[in-house]
Amino acid sequence: MIEDNNLYSPEFINRLKSGNREAFTQLVEETSSKIYNLALRMLEKEQDAEDVLQETYIKALRNISSFEGRSSVLTWLYRIATNEALMIMRKHKTSGTVVDIDQDDDEDGEGLQIVDWCCLPESEMMSKETQIKLQEAANLLSPLLKAVFLLRDVERLSGQETALILGINEDAVKTRLVRARLKLRERLTGYFSERIKMEVANE
Amino acid sequence: MSDQQHCKDYLTQISDFIDGDLHPQLCAQLEEHLQNCENCTIVVNTMKRTIELYRVSTEPQEIPQDVRARLFKCLYLDDFRK
Ligand SMILES: [Zn+2]
Repeated sequence: MIEDNNLYSPEFINRLKSGNREAFTQLVEETSSKIYNLALRMLEKEQDAEDVLQETYIKALRNISSFEGRSSVLTWLYRIATNEALMIMRKHKTSGTVVDIDQDDDEDGEGLQIVDWCCLPESEMMSKETQIKLQEAANLLSPLLKAVFLLRDVERLSGQETALILGINEDAVKTRLVRARLKLRERLTGYFSERIKMEVANE
Repeated sequence: MSDQQHCKDYLTQISDFIDGDLHPQLCAQLEEHLQNCENCTIVVNTMKRTIELYRVSTEPQEIPQDVRARLFKCLYLDDFRK
C-alpha cells in the first residue's frame, strides 16, 4: 500500500496523531523553514527566533494527539509559533516601561501625509536604506499589529486563518491590518518625502 | 480632495480594495471617488507599494544548518532524518 505523505491528507494526520516519529520528522522537514522565517520577522534576533522554533515543535509534539484538524496542521503550527513570539515580544517591550501592549499604540495614527513617491526611481525604492527603514517601521508596530501584518501581507494567509491563529475575530484582524498598513505607509512616506526634498534641493 | 474627513472614511475600504475583496457595490463607489480624488489615489498607490517593498525587504531565508540540527536534536528526532 502506498502511503499518502501529503501533509494535508487525513492519513498523514492520523499517523502524526498516533505518535509516528517519521511522520513528525517529515512535518518538521517541510514546515520548519516557514516557522523559522515567521519567528525571525517577528523577533529580529536569530536567537529569539530559534527559541520560538524549538518551543513550537516541542509543544506540537506534546499536543499532537489533541490536534482536532479544524485548521490545517500548518495553521496550527503558525498559531503555536505566533503565540510564542508574541510572548517574547511582550516581555521585551515591557522591560523598562509598563504598558499594555494590546492597546495598539492606537490613536497616534491620525496623520495622513499625501506625497506621491511612486515616481521615485526603482533603485531608490529598492535601496538597502529603504529596506532598513521599512524594517525599523515594522519593529515600531505593537506586537499584535505586527503579527497581523506579517500573517496577512507577508505569509499571505487569509483573514479567517489569521483570526484563528491570533484568537481574535475577522473584523478585528481587518481593522488591525488597516492600522498596520497605514503606519508603515506613513513612516515610509515621511522617509521618501525627505529624499524627494533633497533631490529637488540638489538640482 | 475637497473633503478630507470624507476621504478618511475610505481608508478601510482602500485596504480591502487593495486585497481585491471589497464588496462590488462599494468598490464601484470607491472607484468613482478615486477618479476625482488625487489624494485617495495616492494613498492607494503608496499603500500597495509599501506592502510590495516590505515583501522585497524580507525575502525568506534558508534555515541555517546548525539551527536545523539543534531543532532535530531537541526533539530527539535525529535518527529519523533522511
Ligand atoms: Zn478622497
